[in-house]
Amino acid sequence: MDLFLGATQPSEDRGMEYGGAHVMEDLISGKQIDVEAFGAGSDCYPQMELETSLRLEDFNQAIMVNPRNAYQRYNAASNSSDRTMHTYMGTLLPRLGNIHYSGAGLLNPISNDPNFDYIGIGTRIFLAGAPGFVMGSGTQHNPENNFSTLMVTGDMKKMSSRFLRAATFHKYGPSLYLGIGIPIPVLNERLAKSTAVRDRDISVPIVDYGVARRDRPALKMVSYEDLKSGVIDLYGKEVSASSLSSFLMAREVASALKEQVEKGEFLLSAAVEPLHRLGSSRPMKQTKESPNVVDVMSRDVVSVGEDIEVEEAAKLIVSGHFDHLPVVSREGKLMGIITTWDISKAVAGGKPSRIGDIMTRRVYSARADEPIELAARTFETHSISAMPVVDRENKVIGMITSNHLSSLLARRR
Amino acid sequence: MKLMLHVAPGIVRYPVVASVILETGALVNIERASIDAVSGEIVLEVPAEKCQEVIEAFQKRGVKVMLLEIPVVRDENECVHCGACVSICPTGTFRFEDWRVVADSGKCIQCGACVVGCPQRALKLVLK
Repeated sequence: MDLFLGATQPSEDRGMEYGGAHVMEDLISGKQIDVEAFGAGSDCYPQMELETSLRLEDFNQAIMVNPRNAYQRYNAASNSSDRTMHTYMGTLLPRLGNIHYSGAGLLNPISNDPNFDYIGIGTRIFLAGAPGFVMGSGTQHNPENNFSTLMVTGDMKKMSSRFLRAATFHKYGPSLYLGIGIPIPVLNERLAKSTAVRDRDISVPIVDYGVARRDRPALKMVSYEDLKSGVIDLYGKEVSASSLSSFLMAREVASALKEQVEKGEFLLSAAVEPLHRLGSSRPMKQTKESPNVVDVMSRDVVSVGEDIEVEEAAKLIVSGHFDHLPVVSREGKLMGIITTWDISKAVAGGKPSRIGDIMTRRVYSARADEPIELAARTFETHSISAMPVVDRENKVIGMITSNHLSSLLARRR
Repeated sequence: MKLMLHVAPGIVRYPVVASVILETGALVNIERASIDAVSGEIVLEVPAEKCQEVIEAFQKRGVKVMLLEIPVVRDENECVHCGACVSICPTGTFRFEDWRVVADSGKCIQCGACVVGCPQRALKLVLK
């Protein structure tokens, strides 16, 4: 029986705090894991249920196969939105509150051999303390844009828990921290030059994860030297930057590997085949496009200034059959929102008041080009049922309500 | 120096912190306060020379006081010194020293941002 275990697979009963990666770490640390298996049963394999406890030595083989590892470099991340985001790039604080980056920069194997003069199919590598091999270029391999990746394999039974660590990204999921090293011989002038790479030679964009589109915009290009300085200037603000991958551990991998090479325990090998010089890293094609806010919002939005009386706003609400009125400045920019509940409260209070006194100033809004999933998530997160839709200048151009979303669902069925 | 006060929820009805400030004349900075139906925690920054006096003034009013000397407890076997805690800390408690993450004492306000932000689950608040 073969068993496949994904590192990022969450546990059915313990959720993302214990994923496939944690099972791997437990096994490599010598711990026993409980296994329950169920099957359909057949003439040749009649047993339908199995319960056992296994240690790493109980498996005939334990082979790690990683479809995408050792990214040449990776986009840094920040968040311009007004809420904290929990991502695979860690906790991203609102309003560009921090920057996270990943990768070892000048110690990254591919950055030291971007032309693949040495690294290729069959190259021997250090994989979490065990001998491993490059199987080929990894998924999302994109060498033209300096985003190359490797597909690697290694014998898990020989791995060390020092270099294989299970992780959990809060509200995102489990992941695996892995130490990978490739010794690169200086075979020619080009390798002499490329292995002298410095952090300042490797640039990455800081991508804005606060924009919920697949093509998230880049805020700025920075080098690993800039990132490792710990502070990046973003629009005149000093933003704290820190890594998610350990440079300390990258150094430890490098020195462990150096020792093995010097002792003659790790032999270099010529590649069987070169890696692909071309690649592709497109987002997945979606044949069933999900609509954007602009496709469902209502455009005949009535908005009011903050100086009008509550009574006047109430009349507008009744005649227009709305539940929400956006309040705008003279230039049409969104300032707040009034709901039927706000008006009822004001009327019950008995005091004549201006809209500006009773409106909610902290108003959530949507952009026309955002997917409706994002609007739905905002409704759910903040327990609201409608939002003004604004353009780039924060001018109100429409209104999206939970009714728009539910009628969309009803139409699909 | 940082003090952590444990207050009974009813205490929000009395200006305890204000009365201690008036009595001691200490320049107290309230760095965090969270009070719910069953318990309350307030973190204060107090000048070192007034610290003892402030502690006693709170104790006299029935408030439990604790000096926050250790920022967070770290499991050294779990920490890989990745740095995920560095940039999310509102008070800059963590920094790199030759790529090792070190924590400065006296900065932590026990907010817990690093505890959930740590991918290795290596951090715990002192009092939890």
